[in-house]
Amino acid sequence: MASNVQPILQGKNLVKRYGKVTALDHCDFELYPGEILAVIGDNGAGKSSLIKAVSGAVVPDEGEVFLEGKKVRFSSPLDARHHGIETVYQQLAMSPALSIADNMFMGREIRREGFTGKYLRMLDKKKMEKIAREKLSDLGLMTIQNINQAVETLSGGQRQGVAVARAAAFGSKVIILDEPTAALGVKESRKVLELIQDVRSRGIPIVLISHNMPHVFEVSDRIHIHRLGKRLCVIRPNDYTMSDAVAFMTGAKEPPEEVAAA
Amino acid sequence: MTDTASKGQDYESSLSGSPSTVAAFTDTRKGIVHKIQHALHQTPSLVPLIVLVMSILIFGALLGSKFFSPFALTLILQQVQIVGILGAAQSLVILTAGIDLSVGAIMVFSSVIMGTFTFRYGIPAPISILCGLAIGTACGAVNGWLVSKMKLPPFIVTLGMWQIVLAANFLYSANETIRAQEIEAEAPLLQLFGITFDVAGARLTIGVIFMLLLAIGLAFVLRQTAWGRHVYAVGDDVEAAELSGVQTTKILMSVYMLSGLICAFAGWALIGRIGSVSPTSGQLGNIESITAVVIGGISLFGGRGSIMGMLFGALIVGVFTLGLRLLGADAQWTYLLIGVLIIGAVAVDQWIRKVSV
Repeated sequence: MASNVQPILQGKNLVKRYGKVTALDHCDFELYPGEILAVIGDNGAGKSSLIKAVSGAVVPDEGEVFLEGKKVRFSSPLDARHHGIETVYQQLAMSPALSIADNMFMGREIRREGFTGKYLRMLDKKKMEKIAREKLSDLGLMTIQNINQAVETLSGGQRQGVAVARAAAFGSKVIILDEPTAALGVKESRKVLELIQDVRSRGIPIVLISHNMPHVFEVSDRIHIHRLGKRLCVIRPNDYTMSDAVAFMTGAKEPPEEVAAA
Repeated sequence: MTDTASKGQDYESSLSGSPSTVAAFTDTRKGIVHKIQHALHQTPSLVPLIVLVMSILIFGALLGSKFFSPFALTLILQQVQIVGILGAAQSLVILTAGIDLSVGAIMVFSSVIMGTFTFRYGIPAPISILCGLAIGTACGAVNGWLVSKMKLPPFIVTLGMWQIVLAANFLYSANETIRAQEIEAEAPLLQLFGITFDVAGARLTIGVIFMLLLAIGLAFVLRQTAWGRHVYAVGDDVEAAELSGVQTTKILMSVYMLSGLICAFAGWALIGRIGSVSPTSGQLGNIESITAVVIGGISLFGGRGSIMGMLFGALIVGVFTLGLRLLGADAQWTYLLIGVLIIGAVAVDQWIRKVSV
């Protein structure tokens, strides 16, 4: 990415400690407009903490977050969402006893028009169900028969599909996906990858955290390699092989100077 | 990007042939038991409703017109009105996976405030009532703040609040009762909820109407508004709710405050029910309201159940109490049967859920 382009989402010098454990150690992070940035790293490297720090789920102890060059301070995920950042967390953040439609519209319910919506604050359930069904069909989640079934009755993969569909439907500036294909079947994984590319073609940049190297190398424009709480280096998938990336991320090989982060 | 981008991976090549319609299956399970289970799963408050109807029919068959008359049946409504109103407050809190042990104490304290303000300080009754409602809401707000901001367990918070409010109630009222005749003569507004009117042999009070409207209103709000959905989401999994954009602190705060306000209304209704203002009344309100909630099929773990179920639960207790008394049974039989019902309700609940339908 050209150096004169301003990152859309940027973290500088982020530090997050949980008691004596340091999850983020003066970590930098940049996401440029229109790109797919993959974040890879060992378990416990601090990928999820990084994502939570830039999406408002945790407040970093030190460091700053910039959105479109402006300094922002997210104190909750809702804050980040109001700024157009939509995140799929590893734990998926769904209410098991509520329906798929309820979950997709959690926190942004559509009210009815006219008197019943304005004064009785009634929800437009039909409309929400219709949109939810469309979004799931876009993602190829055809095995979900009833949009009103409780999320707890879905399989792990279906739940993940619903979470991804929710993020893709509502993210306007940045979409962050933490392990979006971990529990998905072959067909659904492929759909998620297609969806990721489709979202990028709409001009929305994506942060993708994944352990699946073929997926990462297939869709990403740049790969942020995370190690021991900080950014080790950023590589382009064309310049290196998967085994190089794995070697960097596990510490088996030092990254070359020109790509190493400061 | 590498060439794999365009063609994906080889084993995925057959994907293009997959169907694009929503899956459908023929359901061969046609047994009556399955149908019942499915219906119960869809509307959990059917269980207490069925128990309620059956117990009315059984007592009606045993007692005849002594029980099966508009008068006796509406008497039950009058007897459960306080528990029903408190149960509405309790239901809201339990739906958020909390518990409120202080509902009874807040109710009594609010009624004492209403009475004392009017009679000790000579404040006009409407203002005293507003003060009582405000104090009840404030007690709820303290509970809500401790639970949502300080992250203390609701059981501990409301256990402490129960003692604090009850002690404050005795200290403040100096354990004095304000007699019914005095209230009737000087501030009849305090007894508003006790006003009765007869409709074709049935006797209703404002308190009963209030309880029914409150239950219907809350049922509507919980089902049809975003706030209601958020209450369920918070009770279901508070972290998930937070991450998916629910302002959990605000929701918890509003639930506990609303619960406090409803308890204060229960305090007002209590004056109407017993006529006087007595600091020693309503002591079992917390346990009775939890009983109604549990028999009504609301999960103590939060996120599941309905207000209507709670109302049916309260009515079941009322039917058993009156029915057994009319049969001349020892009052202990009532408690024994209610104990059986509580355990039975939870067992049925588990059976419904075992097969996710």
